[in-house]
Amino acid sequence: MKKLIPKLLSLAWLASWAIAAPVAGQLRVVATTPDLGALAKEIGGDRVDITALAKPTEDPHFVDARPSLIVTLNRADMLIEGGAELEIGWLPALLQGVRNTKIAAGAPGRVSAASGVAMLDVPASLDRSRGDVHALGNPHFMLDPVNVRLIAAEIANHLAQVDAASAEQYRSNLQRFNERLDAKLTEWQAQLAPFRGAKIVTYHRDFVYLAARFNLEVATTLEERPGIAPSPAHVAQVISTMREQNARVILVQPYQNRRTAETVARQTDAVVLDMPQQPGVAQNTDSYFTLMDYLVHTLAGALGQGR
Amino acid sequence: MFGLPIAGWAQVGSPSGAFINIGFVGIADAGWSTEPDVGSLQLGDHDPRVRGFTIPNMELTLNGAVDPYFQGFASIIYKLDEEGETGVELEEAFFLTTSLPGNLQVKGGQFFGEFGRQNTQHPHAWAFVDQPLVLGELFGPEGLRGQGMRISWLAPTSWYTEAMLSVLNSAGGTAFSFRSEESSVIHGGAPDERAVDGLGDLLLVPRLTTSLDLTATQTVVVGASAALGPNNSGPDADTRIFGADVYWKWKSLTAFQGFPFVSFQAEALVRRYGAASRESVDDPLVTLPTETLRDRGTYAELLWGIKPRWVAGTRGEVVRSESATYASALRTDRYRISPSLTWYPSEFSKLRVQYNLDHREAIGTDHSLWFQFEFIMGAHAAHRF
Repeated sequence: MKKLIPKLLSLAWLASWAIAAPVAGQLRVVATTPDLGALAKEIGGDRVDITALAKPTEDPHFVDARPSLIVTLNRADMLIEGGAELEIGWLPALLQGVRNTKIAAGAPGRVSAASGVAMLDVPASLDRSRGDVHALGNPHFMLDPVNVRLIAAEIANHLAQVDAASAEQYRSNLQRFNERLDAKLTEWQAQLAPFRGAKIVTYHRDFVYLAARFNLEVATTLEERPGIAPSPAHVAQVISTMREQNARVILVQPYQNRRTAETVARQTDAVVLDMPQQPGVAQNTDSYFTLMDYLVHTLAGALGQGR
Repeated sequence: MFGLPIAGWAQVGSPSGAFINIGFVGIADAGWSTEPDVGSLQLGDHDPRVRGFTIPNMELTLNGAVDPYFQGFASIIYKLDEEGETGVELEEAFFLTTSLPGNLQVKGGQFFGEFGRQNTQHPHAWAFVDQPLVLGELFGPEGLRGQGMRISWLAPTSWYTEAMLSVLNSAGGTAFSFRSEESSVIHGGAPDERAVDGLGDLLLVPRLTTSLDLTATQTVVVGASAALGPNNSGPDADTRIFGADVYWKWKSLTAFQGFPFVSFQAEALVRRYGAASRESVDDPLVTLPTETLRDRGTYAELLWGIKPRWVAGTRGEVVRSESATYASALRTDRYRISPSLTWYPSEFSKLRVQYNLDHREAIGTDHSLWFQFEFIMGAHAAHRF
């Protein structure tokens, strides 16, 4: 027993370093969701060690405030959140115990992606009989590359403040990212151009920014109102809307109720399309560009078949 | 501080939230029990109290950043008693530091002592209609709560470990096992008027808790707590309560709105109440002897979030007390089994039904069926794990 305790302690000490330490000198950047993490990786490159709090497959509105996340945030040099109440059900509970002034609101180490984006779906009145509306608007803005361009600049700006020695590197990474994004956006727009005005159906209102950017139209959502599960009457309404408007594609995220989508699809001769918004869910979609390539390609393919 | 090397946007968009977040949580209970005196059966102040309808907890919650150094929290409870009279209670009101060095954090004001798991939770976070028997018996109807300070230290380990110490006043109804004026229900003697002569006359609540993510879908939190302080059965009497708690949760990797999940929560507590030689309240001519009142109890609850918005649960509880000179009705050996089913029409409302099979030694078995409705308005709450 006497020998065991020091052994255990030294093991614990080793483990704490093995798990916690990023490559020497790297900034510990914590993103609430993996898509923000992937974007930060584009700008931070090898200067940053990225951790995402939400798992790529889970509903980002309902992440458990697990104590391990408090530890992650306690050591962070930077926190990138979506904002606009995306994480309101869990991030404030974590931050209460974090005791890290580097990521306090207003600090250079705190980035709220939503604060510079032109928000859609901003409610005219705050009324929960319309569902779980977010006061600042729809927080699913990462699927619009133009928003991503703005957010990337903001991340670069904050990284340069937190780690001034590498500011030049962040600036050049941002420039390279922007050039690639501009080229890619042209390519993605070309891929989706033939489907201008095409109707899509989604579960939650999480593809409105993608639709707006690429001139598609969200005909209806399976959810009756944000956060409110579909009633049978609403499902019937969705089916009739889809038939009327000839909407043949239903987009779902991995955590959403695929069964409801399939039921509706069977009755409308539509296809259910897996469109994971987070990197790493579909194969070879770990980076921002591979993910967007995948989503645009998948969507264009499905819309092409429906014609 | 903001020497901007790259032009960015100023943080001027629409402000997120207000200076103060305001929320309101309403809980209403309805039901029936085979025990006509429901109050004798239900130990919690926020439990159903009568046959028929109970409004046990209408809670106004306020919180916000005070300045860059402090956050403030308050919860004010309105409730209706058995006679329909309104009661108001400043349940919690405290500040929390945000920027102390050394991973330290201080809380001060009126707050729930950080003992175990459920004691710090407000009724709307409970998985059942009523509070566990062992908490009611050892901490009284309103939980272990009081005026004081708490210091906490987050250990610099790669897994979560937090050590806390609360120092609270040891008097009042929310220090039930300590210098409470209601302590005669425990020991049968007239409470002694004890002054606070030193630090030892305050209530100390140390707690150590740690957590591990076992897999990508499973997390466990364990903790050990104690509550040590004077009681007023006599001038030198004291009480020691020790507890251990565990919480385990599995949540699907593709959880939607937090479902499906399975969770398990259990707490075990023991109390050594050092009762001094004291004058009996029933008969002033009788002196009750110096003795140690020993009590222990445990509860375990299993919840299954079957699919979005549906949770099935079951809770089992046992409390045991060693006999003493005074036969306290509160210190009755007892067990209770409570299956429940909860449906959430949305994140902001819930309907719950719960059955209690309640067996009190030497009294008998009672059956109760309770319905609960809850509604939440205002600021979106964030929930601790």
